[in-house]
Amino acid sequence: MRYLVPVLVLLGLIVLLGVGLKNDPREVPSPLIGKPAPTFNLKLLGEEGSYTNADLKGRPVLVNFFASWCEGCQVEHPVLLKLAKEFNVEIIGMDYKDAPADATRWLARHGSPYRKVILDEQGNAGLDWGVYGVPETFVLNADGVIIYKHIGPMTEAAWREKIAPLMAGVKP
Amino acid sequence: MRMLLFIFMMLPAIAMAMNPADTAGMDAAQEARYRVLIQELRCLVCQNQNIADSDAPLAEDLRSQVRRQILAGESNAQITEYLTQRYGDFVLYNPPFKAITLLLWLGPVVLVLLALGMAYLFTRRSRKASPGSTELDAEKLRKLLDESK
Repeated sequence: MRYLVPVLVLLGLIVLLGVGLKNDPREVPSPLIGKPAPTFNLKLLGEEGSYTNADLKGRPVLVNFFASWCEGCQVEHPVLLKLAKEFNVEIIGMDYKDAPADATRWLARHGSPYRKVILDEQGNAGLDWGVYGVPETFVLNADGVIIYKHIGPMTEAAWREKIAPLMAGVKP
Repeated sequence: MRMLLFIFMMLPAIAMAMNPADTAGMDAAQEARYRVLIQELRCLVCQNQNIADSDAPLAEDLRSQVRRQILAGESNAQITEYLTQRYGDFVLYNPPFKAITLLLWLGPVVLVLLALGMAYLFTRRSRKASPGSTELDAEKLRKLLDESK
């Protein structure tokens, strides 16, 4: 009986530790969830004209920050290609702190899942979107509001379990 | 002796190898603010470092941002607000004292008090039991001595 209180406290701590250890301490939660996409007006890769945050409205989209120098982006690339080709997901690419020529070459080599590729050469859009390491993928609803952020390479599991349910009208 | 040790431990904070370009064009007050701010902001890539110490490209970008805003006349509060809007409270090296971080700040104190409280309760119970056992030991001791004679 005299051990009841310490045992209960110990069990409580073990539960807390168990929950805490499941979280990845390196993942920084985004304060942009629930907010409209940050304002930007940038040039496109491989075509004339520019693209702004207003162009992101009207349908659910994924905004994927990537770069030709990024290894994780290579890892997730097949998944993005599958999402775009098989599930018809609209993915807008944000080419982050990258030389346009390098991006063109990289996409020619690996294929492009992107409907459009926006050039964020200085990383200013990255700063406004709270990007701290590519790849990072933002899920936007039809009103252009950020509803989810996926940190790190995209996986099919993450798509199936977390993202597809958020994109109404898209096949899971 | 302890003072010397303390001073040695503080030296790294003063001896920051700073690129003079970082503070070019700033007056003394701005420079002082810049140095303090970059020590209070976390590098999101090397998350155990502030942006003053980190070599990560993002740290460089954030330092530039701080520099640009100081020169543009933004206040410290405005600069930290700008960054927490984009990266959240985690970008502040010292977590703010808000309702949500109350557990973070007070948790250790609460746990220590809990432990001390339990320790006190346990020693009180064992103290109650001991007076009887001392008497018993004295009796046993006398018997043993008598038998050995």
